[in-house]
Amino acid sequence: MTLALETVELRRNFGALAVTDNVSLKIPVGARHALIGPNGAGKTTLINLLTGVLRPSSGRILLGDEDITAYSPDRRVRRGLARTFQINQLFADMRVLENLGVAVHERRGMGSTWWRRARAEADVLELAGRFGLTQVLEQRVADLSYGQQRLVEIALAFACRPRVMLLDEPAAGVPEAEREDILAVVAALPEDVTVLLIEHDMDLVFRFARSMSVLVAGAVLVEGSPAEVAANPRVREVYLGEGGHG
Amino acid sequence: MRRWGEWVFWVVVAAAYFLLPSRSMLIAEIATTALFALSLDLVLGYAGILSLGHAAFFGLGAYAAGIAAKNGYGDPLLGLALAAAVAAAVGAVTSLLVLRGSDLTRLMVTLGVASILYELANRLSWLTGGADGLQDMDVGPVLGRFDFDLGGRVAAAYCLIVLFLAFLFVRLLVRSPFGWSLRAIRGNALRASAIGVPVNRRLIAAYTVGAGLAGIAGALLAQSTQFVSLDVLAFHRSADILLVLVIGGVGWLYGGLVGAVVFKLMQDLLSQLTPQYWELWIGLLLIAIVLVGRERITALFRPHAAPAPAE
Repeated sequence: MTLALETVELRRNFGALAVTDNVSLKIPVGARHALIGPNGAGKTTLINLLTGVLRPSSGRILLGDEDITAYSPDRRVRRGLARTFQINQLFADMRVLENLGVAVHERRGMGSTWWRRARAEADVLELAGRFGLTQVLEQRVADLSYGQQRLVEIALAFACRPRVMLLDEPAAGVPEAEREDILAVVAALPEDVTVLLIEHDMDLVFRFARSMSVLVAGAVLVEGSPAEVAANPRVREVYLGEGGHG
Repeated sequence: MRRWGEWVFWVVVAAAYFLLPSRSMLIAEIATTALFALSLDLVLGYAGILSLGHAAFFGLGAYAAGIAAKNGYGDPLLGLALAAAVAAAVGAVTSLLVLRGSDLTRLMVTLGVASILYELANRLSWLTGGADGLQDMDVGPVLGRFDFDLGGRVAAAYCLIVLFLAFLFVRLLVRSPFGWSLRAIRGNALRASAIGVPVNRRLIAAYTVGAGLAGIAGALLAQSTQFVSLDVLAFHRSADILLVLVIGGVGWLYGGLVGAVVFKLMQDLLSQLTPQYWELWIGLLLIAIVLVGRERITALFRPHAAPAPAE
């Protein structure tokens, strides 16, 4: 089993509080792995550690064989780890074409090219096709519907051509009518891209994930297939049954 | 701006040069201010770095060209190159300070850098002439042929051509992949870094280029007036250029140029009518712009601007 992403005894303290507590994840290449947990379980902190927004207090992060623990956020992206955000983080004043273009330029190492006009690269058109954005390429992102903005959000991460993609609640806030579009796009991500899905929505998790980890109070409580996790009495207690404290 | 609009703009500029020979000094002054505003637009309008000390680079350029001319290196183009290099170098170094922190910190740091340079120029009077200003500059002919004349014909042509070339350069820059990444950083720095944009490196580059262009503008002033005073580094120059850019509009290249024309013409016109109170009218104009909304005036010329909201 080749691993795409691995954390080794990852820990992050805020004062005396361990918000991430010895988390050791092993995510194989091509996985569809979900990370769930009640509010305050430390999901966001874990994402920030993985993407380099936060530095761990101790522990290591490996992308494939490469230790990326000390890398800056943008360097991690260039090494193949991209993410989406729970709340859209887009370049609202720029056209869809330009949003995707920026990501494609960086991936192809031409982000600092200043001596010629930027144009719609073939990669951008291909991305637009995959995410159903061809019709709106010339529109400003701020003028799109929320569902379409959500598609741009995912397309931006995919434009980095990541080996590992972190999807942070991809369907959050999307109206029912546009929800299926998002799910279809997530389901259609290529098999060789490893996906780590952070999600509240159990329906989406069980539809999409083949393995999952339950995070509670910063530590991994249970790991396994969705069926195993769903059957686990401890999980039912703290999370699925909604009976425990949130 | 639409393509025909751009043509019209530059044809009008050229026409002004040929039809208004008596106003050549004013034209040179406007072109210099326009280039200075353009350099700030790159820094503020595209890279999103708020600066209240951009005159630091204008002044550095002016002194670099002036001191060179005083010491026997009077070739104007050499002076421009020197000014750009000195200003860009200081821009690159100080960008490391500027990039730390938020907008407010940046305001303070840029303001501080400019103040330090002002005091430095004041103290180093053996080099800069101090409060008396730098005199006895000996600026040579442009390209070895065109001597600066008293009427300012050569100065006006020279400043306009340098402005035009610098404009083409910045226009290329902001439309390039580099320019797109700057706009992305300005729009959302968090996301820019999350798609692999090395945010700080890009901002340093933009700030450095902006500083270099401001230096060229300063050199133009020094060469066309053959004099440099401490005024080139003064706080009001930084504030004025911000005003010019706000009048014309931030982040669309022509904003600095239009703003420079409006600002300088108003200054010229109003200071004849009311020498003491012309700034009052500039202030009123500024308030009017904010209330009426410049969008409605400029939307005509902008390809991607949202239509002005209906009443």
